[in-house]
Order: sequence, then structure tokens, then C-alpha cells
Amino acid sequence: MANYSTSEFRGGLKIMLDGDPCNIIENEFVKPGKGQAFNRVKIRNLKTGRVLEKTFKSNETVAAADVVERELEYLYADGAFWHFMDSENYEQYQADAAAVGEAVKWLQAQDRCQVTLWNDAPILVEAPNFVVLQVTETDPGLKGDTSGGGGKPATLETGAVVRVPLFVQTDERIKVDTRTGEYVSRVKD
Amino acid sequence: MSAASKTDWRPGASLQAIRARAQLLRRIRDFFAARDVLEVETPLLGRAFGTDPAIAPLIVREKAKDETWYLQSSPEFYMKRLLAAGSGPIYQISKAFRQGEVGQRHNPEFTLLEWYRPGFSAADLMRELADLMQHLLGITLTAQTRTYAACFVQYLQLDIFAADTEMLRACAVAQQIPGAADLTLARDAWLDLLWTMCIEPQLPSTQLTFITDYPASQAALAELNVHDSRTAARFELYYAGLELANGFQELTDATEQAARFHADNAQRKRAGQPVLPLDARFIAALQHGLPGCAGVAVGVDRILLAQSGLSSLDQVQTFSAERA
Repeated sequence: MANYSTSEFRGGLKIMLDGDPCNIIENEFVKPGKGQAFNRVKIRNLKTGRVLEKTFKSNETVAAADVVERELEYLYADGAFWHFMDSENYEQYQADAAAVGEAVKWLQAQDRCQVTLWNDAPILVEAPNFVVLQVTETDPGLKGDTSGGGGKPATLETGAVVRVPLFVQTDERIKVDTRTGEYVSRVKD
Repeated sequence: MSAASKTDWRPGASLQAIRARAQLLRRIRDFFAARDVLEVETPLLGRAFGTDPAIAPLIVREKAKDETWYLQSSPEFYMKRLLAAGSGPIYQISKAFRQGEVGQRHNPEFTLLEWYRPGFSAADLMRELADLMQHLLGITLTAQTRTYAACFVQYLQLDIFAADTEMLRACAVAQQIPGAADLTLARDAWLDLLWTMCIEPQLPSTQLTFITDYPASQAALAELNVHDSRTAARFELYYAGLELANGFQELTDATEQAARFHADNAQRKRAGQPVLPLDARFIAALQHGLPGCAGVAVGVDRILLAQSGLSSLDQVQTFSAERA
């Protein structure tokens, strides 16, 4: 894999840092007129999601990280791994629990997910922004209440629990924003 | 390089910023005309280049003749040749080039105002620079002067004359400069790091701050101080959080100048940087005799930033490197 010089640093560049693939979020060039130049960078570790800052001496080189983002279709879980497929070339990938992370709460077969691949292996799976899931269990709400004021917990078919308005009933399908984990609307077929 | 987009052809500077530059240039010329300082022009394409290891040249090669030209990082050597030839006080507004300097406050091509005053001390020139800033910005500005070493004491409780490389490194780590513990730097580079990360952001932004008496190891082309040879008669101006100017009581000793060139080149060699040819014509001019003088270079684009409150050079240059 290639190396990058600090002069190539820019937002979105993928580099290796302490053995982990990272994404440069921000790069600032700092230099006194008559002195040493530095690059102060804000970096996201793509495995842990943690953001850290780092200072490089300008013109140092770092290894490039072989990281690509793909839209993959979620197929199934086998207990140990979650399996995905690239619908263009039918290539399959298996992601472990660390890579799937929070997305596990929302995944349903045939969902199209943004998957970050490092050296061709998934390291980060993002659920679709919106998913439609069936309510498997929720307390019966008060009849006639359509305000959605107080809300109540509802368990969905994937096991996720979200707050829903009182009028939502078991077996209904609802739309959820996976980024916030919030109920959006009921879905009528 | 950024991918070309449909709006890439547009200038980064607004029409207002373009007009502000025109007005600033006019005011600079008015200021020096009133003081009988002669405007001059010197080559941008030079056969030699300063040896300062912190400045990398943009090189132009003429293949047919197998010749190498250097885009000048400052008009300093040429202007000193004019002074040695008896020009008297001179100023120049010119483009300057520095390879690899790209950022919010850096562009590989930028505009410098540089002037020289025979018979002036560094203190005289700092006063004139303060007058110029008032004239350009049109506001009353108070000025204060602090030594480089005093800033380290004030902001970092560090005595730079006593501190070795290890102590500077420990200070950078204690100041939580991200990644400081992983850096391998020469002594002056540690000073540069502490200065830019910890001191510069704390300098007052609403008054002119002159920093004087830089360490002798960072003298560049300044005379060493007679009263304390650990420091040099080099000064800088900070305002609005920006490094705006660098000036010297100019080194006039040809032998000392040649020795500094050789020392710079030795340092370049150690760092794996290209060794640069010595500017023999410049040395010859010093041997002929450079009048005692002070000189200063001011970043014109950065004055426009300070004036406008904008944050990036791209907003005050018509076409920064990204758009060129």
C-alpha cells in the first residue's frame, strides 16, 4: 500500500495510525515564517469510532489505509457473523459483532447498508437511516388517544425497543430513524 | 488536487475583498511616497535561493538549456544588492513563493511587502511598521514589545536558555500538544512547536505585539545582539492572532553570512533536504559593503485577513492554489 506525505493530507484521506485505519476529519497546516512546519490533524479511528488529535512534522509520511465504503445487502446472521452481499458482483462479506455494533438493533434481511471495508473486511456497518419494522409487543394504548403525547415503549421484531405514541398497537409496522432511534410514523401497507 | 467542479472557475475573494486589496496597495504606496522610500522591482526568477532549511523552493527548469531557476521566497537578496549599490531606502511589493505551504494562512504563492532603511535600528523600523499598520488599518493601535524568551516564561514558565531538548519535549507533553510524545524534533523545532501551539494563540489580538530578541539559533539574516549574543536582533509582529511580519537588524558581515549559509546547508544535508547553491553575487555585494540597515517583510494577504476578519487566504486572494 502507498504512503501519503503530510502535504497530501485533507479531509477524507484514509491513513494507518498505530495499526488502525483512520479517517482524517480536519487538517491544519501550522508554520512560523522562519521555522518548522507541522500538520495538526483531527482523526477518526474507523475501528473504534473514536476521534483523536495528532501533530505531525510536515513532510513526514504515513501509510495509506486500504479503506473503501460499499453499499451492501444484509443477508442473514449465523450466530457468529453477519453476512452481507454486494448486489453488483454477488461477492459476500462477513462482519463480526464489533463491526456491526449498534446497527444490529435494526438489521433485517435485504436492508441496504453502508459498510466500511478495510483490507476487504467489514469494520463498520451502518444501518439504513430509516427502517420499517413490526411492533411485536407494546401495552395497549388508551382508545381514542391520537396525540402521541406521553408515549410508551414498544419492542420491535429485531429486538430493538423504541418509544412510540400511545395509539401504536402490537403487529403494526412503524418507521424508525436509526440515527436517533426515534419513532417517525406508522406505516400502512 | 480537488476535483474540478462547475464553480471552480470563480475567484475565492469577493469583489469587496478584491477592492480592499487594491485600496491597501494604494495606501502602502502613499505611505512610502510620503517618506521618500523608493519603490523597486527585482526578479521573481532567480539563479540562487536562500538556504533557510525551513523554506523549500519552487523550482523552474528550462530543459533546452539545462538551467535551473528558483522562484524567490522573498526579494531580500536582490534588495540588499540594490542597497549595497547605493539605492538608499527602498521598498517592494512582490509575489513570493514557498513550496508545500498550503493551509488557511498559507498559500505557495503570496504577496510580500518588504522594505529596507539604511541607518535604522530594529527599534526604529518597528516604530515605522507600527505607523504603517495604523495608516493601513485606519484605527488607533497600541503596541507592546516583548522578548521571545519572556513569552516562554510568561506563558509556559520555561527558561529557554536553560532548557535542553528533553525539557522542551517534556513541556510540550505537559501542555498536551496532541501527539507530542511521538515527535522527534531538533531543539529549535520544539521551540517552534511550543510557540505556535501554546504561545501564539495567547498573544493579544487587538494590539500590535512585537516579539524581539529571537534565539541566536533562529537569527536567520539578523545581527546577533551586542548586549547578549544568545539572541539576535530579529523581530516579528503579531496582530489579530496572525504572524504578520518578520524583520532584522540586517547582518552585514560577509564572512558571517557565508558561514550561516554553510551551516544551513549542513543542516539541510542532515535532514535529507537538497543542498542549495550559495548566492555568490549576494556575498560579493556584502563584501563590497551593505550599509548598516534594518529591513522587514510583511505578509500583505494576512493584513487583509486581519482587516476583514476573514479566516482563510482563499477569501482574500483571487485564485489561491486550489483554484489556480
